[in-house]
Amino acid sequence: MKNGLTVFLAAFVVLAASWMAFVLAPALQQGREQQTMVLNSSDFWPQQRTGAATLGLQVYRANGCAACHTEQIQQGGVACDVVLTSAGKNHPEVVSNLVASLNLKNLTELEAGAVADKITAVGGKSETHIYATGGDITRGWGIRRSVAADYLYDAPVQLGTLRAGPDLGNIGARLPDANILLNHLYAPKSVTTDSLMPSFKFLFEVKKIGATPSPDALNLPKEFAPAAGYEIVPKPEAQQLVAYLLSLRANASLYEAPFTPPTVSTNAPANK
Amino acid sequence: MSVKETDNLSTKAACTGLIDASCRLPLLALFGVAAVWLVIGLALALIASLTFHQPEMFAGCAAFTYGHVSAAANDALVYGFAIPAALGVMLWIFARLSEVELVLPLVPFVAANLWFLGVLGGIGAIFAGESSGYTWLEFPRAAAVLLFAAFLLVAVSAVATFGQRKNRELYPSHWFLLAALLWFPWIYASANVMLLPSQPVRGVAQAIINWWYADNLIFVWLALVGLGVAFYFLPKFAGKPLFSRFYSQFAFWALIICGTSCGIPYGAPVPAWLPTLSSVAAALLIVPLFVIFVIFAKTICGAQTECRGGSFCYIKFGTAAFFLISGPMMVASACPHFATLTQFTWFQNAQTNWQILGFFATIILGAAYDILPRVMGIALPFPKFVRFQHWAFIIGNLILLVSLVGAGFKQGANNYDLAVTLPFLRAATLGWLFLLLGSLMFAANIFVMSIKWKLALVKTVIIAVKAPLVTKTAEVKS
Repeated sequence: MKNGLTVFLAAFVVLAASWMAFVLAPALQQGREQQTMVLNSSDFWPQQRTGAATLGLQVYRANGCAACHTEQIQQGGVACDVVLTSAGKNHPEVVSNLVASLNLKNLTELEAGAVADKITAVGGKSETHIYATGGDITRGWGIRRSVAADYLYDAPVQLGTLRAGPDLGNIGARLPDANILLNHLYAPKSVTTDSLMPSFKFLFEVKKIGATPSPDALNLPKEFAPAAGYEIVPKPEAQQLVAYLLSLRANASLYEAPFTPPTVSTNAPANK
Repeated sequence: MSVKETDNLSTKAACTGLIDASCRLPLLALFGVAAVWLVIGLALALIASLTFHQPEMFAGCAAFTYGHVSAAANDALVYGFAIPAALGVMLWIFARLSEVELVLPLVPFVAANLWFLGVLGGIGAIFAGESSGYTWLEFPRAAAVLLFAAFLLVAVSAVATFGQRKNRELYPSHWFLLAALLWFPWIYASANVMLLPSQPVRGVAQAIINWWYADNLIFVWLALVGLGVAFYFLPKFAGKPLFSRFYSQFAFWALIICGTSCGIPYGAPVPAWLPTLSSVAAALLIVPLFVIFVIFAKTICGAQTECRGGSFCYIKFGTAAFFLISGPMMVASACPHFATLTQFTWFQNAQTNWQILGFFATIILGAAYDILPRVMGIALPFPKFVRFQHWAFIIGNLILLVSLVGAGFKQGANNYDLAVTLPFLRAATLGWLFLLLGSLMFAANIFVMSIKWKLALVKTVIIAVKAPLVTKTAEVKS
């Protein structure tokens, strides 16, 4: 390293190698990604956003929401449950005796395979259910980890680096109620009493109630409601932002992040 | 000593004066830009920190959301302060090592003004909601083009000066600083070209490029410049040669090879080979960090200079300790087990802040205090401020480090609950306050100095205008 050219070449080669690995290769590998199929389904993933949600992504960017919220769910691992579906041609007692002697819950993939083989060996039929565990799954922020495919239509992709607030990667599935989200944006404490999020009041208008109240007006608890005769109406930006938040879902079972979707067996409304 | 050598020495002293004077205009401009944005950046960081005392403080104001203020603070500190200050010190070191006057001194002066405009536009755009949405790349296209052009202009002057060097053999600082000159335009151009067009690369490739850029800017670039500058000043202050050329060559190679690949965080939603590669690179980073520690320790040990709070102390205590905290923090956060505790917490902010304000600012401000009086030909107007600023930065940085690392661990152990971290974050405000005070003292020194110089210029002009035209009358008489 005695002359300028050597130093230049050294730096050039090192940086070029890193550039190829971390810029060129991902641009080729990830940049050419296409929609994929949801496992055991004919649906495509991800779906293109609606117009309002696409605009909402820009509202999210413009206000710097990613400074406090991430959009990436992480999981510790996966676990499997083996479920006996039918005893097949064997005597039901034989199969149920075998099943009773086995541990069917919270298995690794290998263990689940071995258990399923044992059940098949006695003629029974079983299903293996796979689910994600640990990390954000335990926190209730998602049902599987975020994968590259989830961000196919984002520009900019805002994964975020800090969780001053909760992760929003699956908020659309976790909290699918536009009114709650709007209330939260206007007065965070009206939804979560100990919320530390600043209010985004400037996305809303305080209007005098005219001949008929606005259908979009927020339905706020008393201590957050405006003065009598006034109503809080979300501006288009707030509507778009909420549309975007509702579009944030990481709830499709994919090849790289598989899980068995819970079967809906009743018509009862989902828990809120 | 032979007659020739004494002759050489006296001409050398005269030359040094000329070389320093040739850097005056660009350095004053670059340090001026740096001082302004250091104060603004720290003030913005303080404002952002106030959000944790009173979340509703700026709730009604669209421009002052936390997302805007914190992004603007970060960008002001890196683009506003760190890079111009680094370029100023680099120009001077290139001129000094080359033993020639700065080539094209007006070019970096113009570039400093362009750079200021670029940063101003970029910060303005963030407050107007026009940021690009990529971390550390928030500036919109127009501002990015200005910054890129300005950097190239400075690089032209630096490389031209380097090309004219009298001693053809390179000093270790040369490697680090030359690499830095190549590094920034490359990473900045490729990140902006890939991310900022109306059709950026698809999907998560954006995030990967963004991480790669952030790592190369905050970790590698700042480390290259910081170490290059430290390797120039340390031997001078210590009064003995750098230990050793071979070690620093090894540190250089290992640092750029490992450092440049550390960007992708553990568990990111990207193909698994990327975070794996980054984790391995980060683990290997231990090697250059250790070598750098050895270089610092062996160069400093047995130094002859007395320590009275001057810039020597500053660098002696600063650099070694400071770099060696930020580096291992980064290595640690790449370890999967540790990452599950610290990822997405304030720990990351603590590391970044330490890298910029602890490690880098300490070296660069120490260098600036040493360079300024030489370049301007006058003493610092407030020499005591140097000491105050130094302590303010050490205290501020330590408060910031302890409180943010504490907040990070607490947050990671409590499901990212912000409420449990509030006492720490409120303590961090105090750290920002100390840093702001320190930066004001630095700015005071720079601006009073530049005003003094401008007044002296005006006086010289007035004297020149009033003076009788000696030469002409003499000619007429003859």
